[in-house]
Amino acid sequence: MKGKSYMRDVDVNEVASKVRDLCIETNYNLSPDMKECLNKAEKNEMSPLGKNILGKLKENLRIAAEDNIPICQDTGMAVIFVDIGQDVHFVNGNLTDAINEGVRRGYNEGYLRKSVVADPLKRVNTGDNTPAIIHYDIVDGDKVRITVAPKGFGSENKSRLFMLTPADGEDGVKRAVLQAVKEAGPNACPPMVVGVGLGGNFEKCACLAKRALTLKADEHSKDPDTASLEKELLDMINKTGIGPAGLGGTTTALAVHILSYPTHIAGLPVAVNICCHVNRHADCVI
Amino acid sequence: MEKHINAPFTKEEAATLKSGDMVYITGTIYTARDAAHKRMADALAGGEELPFDVKNNIIYYMGPSPAREGRVIGAAGPTTAGRMDKYAPELMDLGLGGMIGKGVRSKEVREAIIRNKAVYFAAIGGAGALLSKAITASEVIAYEDLGTEAIRKLTVENFPVIVVDDIYGDDLYSISQSKYSAR
Repeated sequence: MKGKSYMRDVDVNEVASKVRDLCIETNYNLSPDMKECLNKAEKNEMSPLGKNILGKLKENLRIAAEDNIPICQDTGMAVIFVDIGQDVHFVNGNLTDAINEGVRRGYNEGYLRKSVVADPLKRVNTGDNTPAIIHYDIVDGDKVRITVAPKGFGSENKSRLFMLTPADGEDGVKRAVLQAVKEAGPNACPPMVVGVGLGGNFEKCACLAKRALTLKADEHSKDPDTASLEKELLDMINKTGIGPAGLGGTTTALAVHILSYPTHIAGLPVAVNICCHVNRHADCVI
Repeated sequence: MEKHINAPFTKEEAATLKSGDMVYITGTIYTARDAAHKRMADALAGGEELPFDVKNNIIYYMGPSPAREGRVIGAAGPTTAGRMDKYAPELMDLGLGGMIGKGVRSKEVREAIIRNKAVYFAAIGGAGALLSKAITASEVIAYEDLGTEAIRKLTVENFPVIVVDDIYGDDLYSISQSKYSAR
């Protein structure tokens, strides 16, 4: 094969089809790791009302799956991570259009809510939940990994970005995360899942925080210091007493995930992407 | 304390409700969220009538997912009430009896609640499938072009909510959190 370049053709129509399926799947069935989190939370919750609420949230999941109703009416803005192997060549159309077509079909055929307005100020609904927000990444290989993570805006609206300074350090990071969580309170439908992006720059840390929400609930950082910080933040958040539905309790967050990236010598960007307990994400590989 | 009330409900009934009460609502409630509230505020500013009479009625801050064939409604859980804070006091001054949503309200809203003897209830956020079971009928009555944000008249039966802000000035969110916060 010397001198011959290898590219694997991937039909964008297959991408559209997979995106459609994932949009529907995530909105009706929560992933097993998230369900397990809720089970554990209900067992351990110390507030009787909190326990009751967690029980109702579990019942909600059961009803959603059995009766074909979306888990939450806010079926979110479609957030899609596309990790493209650099040996992939897309054929039969425009990739971005195909992804949006997949969202369009998923939200239409899946009886999902159309929650997108075309212009932030004029605010006319686009009618089909497009456009999606797509994050493209080039990786090694010849596969395409698609992660669909619809994001509801109750929690999104409470997400925060802090441009800390190096002197703020780890304590500053903890203060920032706690501040975001406390300001979110009941509005983000606790118990929450908290994605933290650390480092990078203004937009990179935000993207890291969003990506962090797609990790498995029981997954910890591979870096021991970061894993330790994740655990410490989870404990601190649960000590706020905000509780399920913000009505008091010992379960305010189910998980905290931190993703880091190198950053500038003058900066310590921290992004806190709050998610509610309906942390929806599903992926596939083409 | 568990209580059952009808909707619409009177100021006398509102006086029996206390923060923390689990309440089951049966009757008629109206949905409206961001876009519908803006239109209603514009209507009032323009001297026009509202699409429905707010007196003694309850507004549910909710935009449903589409209903499957043969069903009344899709998932129907509450949206964040705080986004409607700008509009709520005027509606309460016109007689709005109650609001259902989730999350904290502003100082101005809480003052309007006390002054008008209105009640703010929370439904469980994220329990949209469960809550839809308590809705037995749904009809778009205004702003149909807003899709999920249209004003819907809902018939509800034992719709479960919890009293957050009662007419006496108590706020459940403030009371609850301090019980479980640890230093």
